[in-house]
Amino acid sequence: MIAIIDYRMGNLRSVKNALQRLGTEYIVTSSPSEIMKADKVLLPGVGNAEMAMENLRNAGLCDVIRELRQPVLGICVGLQVMCRHSQEGDTECLGIFDSKVMRFTPSDGLKVPHMGWNRISNLEGKLFKGIPSGEYVYYVHSYYPQLCCDTIATTTYGGMFSAALKYENFYGTQFHPEKSGDTGELIIKNFLEL
Amino acid sequence: MVAKRIIPCLDVKDGRTVKGINFKGLQDVGDAVELGELYARSGADELVYLDISATREGRGTFTKLVERISDRINIPFTVGGGISSLDDAARLLDAGADKISVNSSAIARPALIDEIAGKYGSQFIVVAIDAKRSQDGIWYATTHGGSRMTQKELFSWAVEAQERGAGEILFTSMDHDGTRNGYPCGTFAELAGKVSIPIIASGGAGSPRDIADVLTRGKADAALAASIFHYGEITIGELKRQLHEMNINVRL
Repeated sequence: MIAIIDYRMGNLRSVKNALQRLGTEYIVTSSPSEIMKADKVLLPGVGNAEMAMENLRNAGLCDVIRELRQPVLGICVGLQVMCRHSQEGDTECLGIFDSKVMRFTPSDGLKVPHMGWNRISNLEGKLFKGIPSGEYVYYVHSYYPQLCCDTIATTTYGGMFSAALKYENFYGTQFHPEKSGDTGELIIKNFLEL
Repeated sequence: MVAKRIIPCLDVKDGRTVKGINFKGLQDVGDAVELGELYARSGADELVYLDISATREGRGTFTKLVERISDRINIPFTVGGGISSLDDAARLLDAGADKISVNSSAIARPALIDEIAGKYGSQFIVVAIDAKRSQDGIWYATTHGGSRMTQKELFSWAVEAQERGAGEILFTSMDHDGTRNGYPCGTFAELAGKVSIPIIASGGAGSPRDIADVLTRGKADAALAASIFHYGEITIGELKRQLHEMNINVRL
């Protein structure tokens, strides 16, 4: 059983639909015991990292997530709250990934939010099994995780940032696999098969 | 860098897609979900569904349709048409829309942009501007499918929309929409110089060359089109291959 963590950070429907299309059973929950029992855990999230951390704290989920030993996948803001710190609201995050989340600086030709399809490269590990370097995935975000020792995929927008991170059983993608067409579907499938 | 996006637009009435020249003389061209899936498979980067139903029943049907789209489509989609409150936005978000677009209602009450962006984030709100060039050469936003001119000057309205939290601007020239003679690329480039959020170009595409022009000379980030896809004149895959040959960065 897959647990999708509901911490009131945006709509979960597209993540649920992605699992449904793959024929996977899931529950949507904010219950620590259900999350701990799950085979795999998804932490989606759209919106503001400061609010996301506040919601996780209020739901009593910070330590629950840190202590999970099954595969966990954070998506977008779900990844960002798993980093050390976010510049958004100067927010201390869960500190699972050794990365800091910074804001893109708009400049000529660099629009913020970074919205649309961009390439992923330097792909490492099972999450990207069967996915060639340079494949396109879908992004919508104004803050990005810096490169660090946990980086397992990169994207270039202005500079290079972490498209995906991995530390032990924890995974995160800054892009939205649930919206990245067949490539994204394969990434989710790879996660489910970990 | 981020790829230029090709976005088919599907006008929906009672669950079916329609498209007419300058929004008049509607013609049925198919089931909205099926057509969306077909486009997604053939390489569309996003989809836009515009609800042009005028009735409450039509609106209810559209929400159900959005749920079906969300179940079946694995690329992002925007929905628009008749969104005039935070409640409307919430209903479509719950139904699975990735973004919503607002147009006349934001002109009538610009704070709607702040409210939606404040609650759901800028990535969720596209501000659509249907503009026309007046006799004095100035572009003004219009409402009601181009039939009513407003006092909102295009560029200052786009800047205001960005400052209020819009995540993208969808600009349609009502002088070009449906004509298939190409986009006003100079105006698009000027707009791109004034806002820092992505611009989607709409209205006027008759050929791949027109789309290439607005993505290069017009500096648009995405091109939205309907007729050239709906009537099967060119597939999205073929269009993107041609754009690629013209050295435009697209997702193939």
